Amino acid sequence: MGFMATPETYLLAIGTKKGLWLATSQDRRQWSFSGPHFLMSEIPSIGIDTRDGRTRIMVGVRSEHWGPTVAHSDDLGATWTEPEQGAIKFPEGTDAAVERIWQIHPDAESRPGVVWAGAEPISVWKSTDGGQHFELNRGLWDHPHRSEWGAGYGGAAAHSIVVNPSGDNVHVAMSTGGVYRSLDGGTSWEPRNRGISAYFMPDPNPEFGQCVHKIAADAAVEGRLYAQNHHGVYRTDDNAESWQSIAEGLPADFGFVMLTHPRRAGTAWVVPLKADGERIPPEGKLAVHRTDDAGGTWKRLDAGLPQSEFNAVLRDAAAVDAAEPVGVYFGTRGGAVYASADEGETFAEVASHLPDVLCVRAAVVVDAAVVADAAVASSA
Amino acid sequence: MAEISVVLPSVLQPLAGGQSLLTAPADGTVTVGWLLDAVTGDYPVLARRLRDETGALRRYVNIYVNGDEVRRLQGLDTEVAGGQEVLIIQSVAGG
Repeated sequence: MGFMATPETYLLAIGTKKGLWLATSQDRRQWSFSGPHFLMSEIPSIGIDTRDGRTRIMVGVRSEHWGPTVAHSDDLGATWTEPEQGAIKFPEGTDAAVERIWQIHPDAESRPGVVWAGAEPISVWKSTDGGQHFELNRGLWDHPHRSEWGAGYGGAAAHSIVVNPSGDNVHVAMSTGGVYRSLDGGTSWEPRNRGISAYFMPDPNPEFGQCVHKIAADAAVEGRLYAQNHHGVYRTDDNAESWQSIAEGLPADFGFVMLTHPRRAGTAWVVPLKADGERIPPEGKLAVHRTDDAGGTWKRLDAGLPQSEFNAVLRDAAAVDAAEPVGVYFGTRGGAVYASADEGETFAEVASHLPDVLCVRAAVVVDAAVVADAAVASSA
Repeated sequence: MAEISVVLPSVLQPLAGGQSLLTAPADGTVTVGWLLDAVTGDYPVLARRLRDETGALRRYVNIYVNGDEVRRLQGLDTEVAGGQEVLIIQSVAGG
């Protein structure tokens, strides 16, 4: 059978409080939806793994009744597989049970099969078999600080895992606890929060205990990361040895989202909320803000967004794809999802009135055959 | 030998090969914990829906023995006798 050229297919995955919706598009404007998958279970985490010549969707699923689990699909959601023994389970002797899977993060292209996860209680996990089985990171679990890490309103979360290209440098961010860094691929961990404020603590500049909401690495400058804090937007240029504020020029320094460009240095997106005590878009007007100079200046982006919006955008309810130009996607707690095919310059609403959006991920589908199969299935 | 039956809610039946009733042989009395081990041995996903990896019953899973929820008895140590029926019912949760 000869290869038949097909137009690029984009995948958008939307995890909500009551299930998962999937959508595909040829142009990132018109989307075909399937779902809800996992109706009545929350989907707080999604990882789309496009390595190994296939598109694997991994989801953290959590039922109020039946607990958390990880499932994956290699056919765009037509079928799901849940490893019989469970993908993420605390080992005997830890006396802990997984409550929620907050993050599923496929590692670099150069490390196929490696997938990281962050969970509640605060813990980091690593899979080497494409997300079917994860091992607990013992260095972080046994860290002497662990008993002092706390829980934000949404639960205690290890929610950001950033691995550098060579794999030796791993940054984890947790709420609450702050940023921890490993220089040995995850064996040992040290807090790295100098410069990040924790105004809600007796000492507002502690070594750890910050409520860092999300971190992301610069695409091209090694050692440069960005952080959206519980008040405060920061950048580090020295591998998290110190953090400097880059909040000037934003309408507010509160928020949950931090996205970076997959290839271009200096580009990041945030979605500001007014304040800890007023978790709504400033003035009730929803906008994304993008910097192209590593936080020196910010550009307000609201074309195509509603005039009035009082719902928050949660930390993982935003994502970029890896296309050119980059697509930017986010969803609100009011169940609206917006997509931009031009790096945020213009948005279009692609879904509305869904349950609270908890997680959004997007990717370019790599295996065209599965797209054709899914199209046949959906038209059948 | 007497048997003990465990009745599954419909939402969990696909995880037990479509069965609504699982049975375990029991001479004399056994504990609810033992019974769950016995009937979910072939269905590890079902087992994880009922109890977490520490063995604790999930918060919104209720198990009834003779009409009493086991948390009001001796929890997973509650004894069940051959011929009895045990009901697994999801409690009211979520919004």
